[in-house]
Amino acid sequence: MTAAPLAAGVQRRYRPAPLNPLTILTQIGAIAIAEIQKLRHDPLELLTRVIQPVLWLMMFGQVFGRVRGIPTGGIPYVDYLVPGILAQSALFIAIFYGISAIWERDLGVLYKYMMSPAPREALVLGKAVSAGIRGLSQAIMVYIIALLLGIHLRAGFLNLLGVAGVIMLGAAIFCTFSLIIACIVKTRERFMGIGQVLTMPLFFASNAIYPISLMPNWLRAIAIVNPLTYQVDALRALMLPGYHMVFSVAVNVGVQLASLVVLVFVAARLYPRILD
Amino acid sequence: MNAIDVSHLRKRFGAVTAVDDVSFTVPQGIVFGLLGPNGAGKSTMIKILTTLAQPTSGSAQVAGFDVRRNALEVRRRIGYVPQQQSADPDLSGYENLLVFARLYGIGGAQQRQRILEALELMDLGDARHRLVRHYSGGMIRRLEIAQSMLNDPEVLFMDEPTLGLDPLARHMVWDRVAKLRRTYETTIFLTTHYMDEAETLCDIVAFLHQGCLKAYGKPAELTAQYRPGADLDDLFIALTGRPAAKSVAS
Repeated sequence: MTAAPLAAGVQRRYRPAPLNPLTILTQIGAIAIAEIQKLRHDPLELLTRVIQPVLWLMMFGQVFGRVRGIPTGGIPYVDYLVPGILAQSALFIAIFYGISAIWERDLGVLYKYMMSPAPREALVLGKAVSAGIRGLSQAIMVYIIALLLGIHLRAGFLNLLGVAGVIMLGAAIFCTFSLIIACIVKTRERFMGIGQVLTMPLFFASNAIYPISLMPNWLRAIAIVNPLTYQVDALRALMLPGYHMVFSVAVNVGVQLASLVVLVFVAARLYPRILD
Repeated sequence: MNAIDVSHLRKRFGAVTAVDDVSFTVPQGIVFGLLGPNGAGKSTMIKILTTLAQPTSGSAQVAGFDVRRNALEVRRRIGYVPQQQSADPDLSGYENLLVFARLYGIGGAQQRQRILEALELMDLGDARHRLVRHYSGGMIRRLEIAQSMLNDPEVLFMDEPTLGLDPLARHMVWDRVAKLRRTYETTIFLTTHYMDEAETLCDIVAFLHQGCLKAYGKPAELTAQYRPGADLDDLFIALTGRPAAKSVAS
């Protein structure tokens, strides 16, 4: 092949959009929408995710409901458990996003994402939003289970909107945390080991299945720095009639937003390391 | 202006020097082939030029922008087809391209039009709604080329674009690369260790061996300088001391 003579001053037909808030939102959406499309191609995945919360509510909830020593503020224990189990199921989905990032790295897709003009923060937030969307599908499932079990949940529009917001925020936090771990451990095998080790303390060192007032001091200290605690407290206030929040709305929302900002900042800086 | 300017580029990984004081230029609108055996430093060079790795010293400009200081401007102007096949198997061909259209900020009416045009050019129009997990290796490679064209790149990097493809699929990729160059005057920077591929496609080639640039020029001129009647295979052996990869298409 010989080099064809070039036209003078080739005009490219496409000029990339400048980086403004709208472009960045589109870039976040690009990653999140792809995730929804995958769910649409394989909706069975959502059904398999419903098994765990059902088991927790039906087995653990039924047995511990007979224990009168758990101070739930007069709320039946199974009711008290529902927001905790909802937060847990969103946590379990989000915490394995690191694996999917490693998988995308192995597929070569992540290289191309990193080479696009999208800022790393947008790529991380895109994943965080997709984890939130999966979390929302869990919320719908948990509401249906609760309804079937005869558990009375607050169903006002603003309450539901609040629950959606808190679930999105919580899933985003743990998804981003998971991406940071993936950038450090880099292989699926190591991640599987660490993922198990992380979810247990995150879940048990929180108020998901018992109030933190029951905990010994050392465990309470962990629960206080665990964002899941604030997520569950907010969810209980939004879902359970008669529940009195342990922390204020400002603390619950503030701690979660601050956690997300710090985690996204760290994850965006570490993200390219996953390629090494 | 050259599409690529590399000057005294060096990249070290600990004690290992992957790229050692390499300088070359790639004029606009040509197909350039970076040749060399495995481990010669070709992929490291591509990583530096596509802003995924930082050089230890020296400089490189792509589409007029410095890869270190203006990484974002470089990213906006390049496309990349990686060595490994890299499409999301759980999305359709169209959806795979949609992700990148959005990442590049291509929206509105332009979005669908550009995606369909790229898919048509790569002969994937009919398969666009099928999940990529049902594509053949050659189809995935063409989908990746379609994706890399979306932002109308000034420079398209292709790392071993025909590795692992059958002869028919390889010829189809060659044909599309030529078409891309012809239609959009895109500068194409490819690495390969198939010498027949380099001879067929490339206007200028450079040989990299153990991180050092060993030869640079038009294939016919380089081989004639080495020995009348020689081909790039002979030159490869002379420069690296080992035979080039045997192509499945020859």
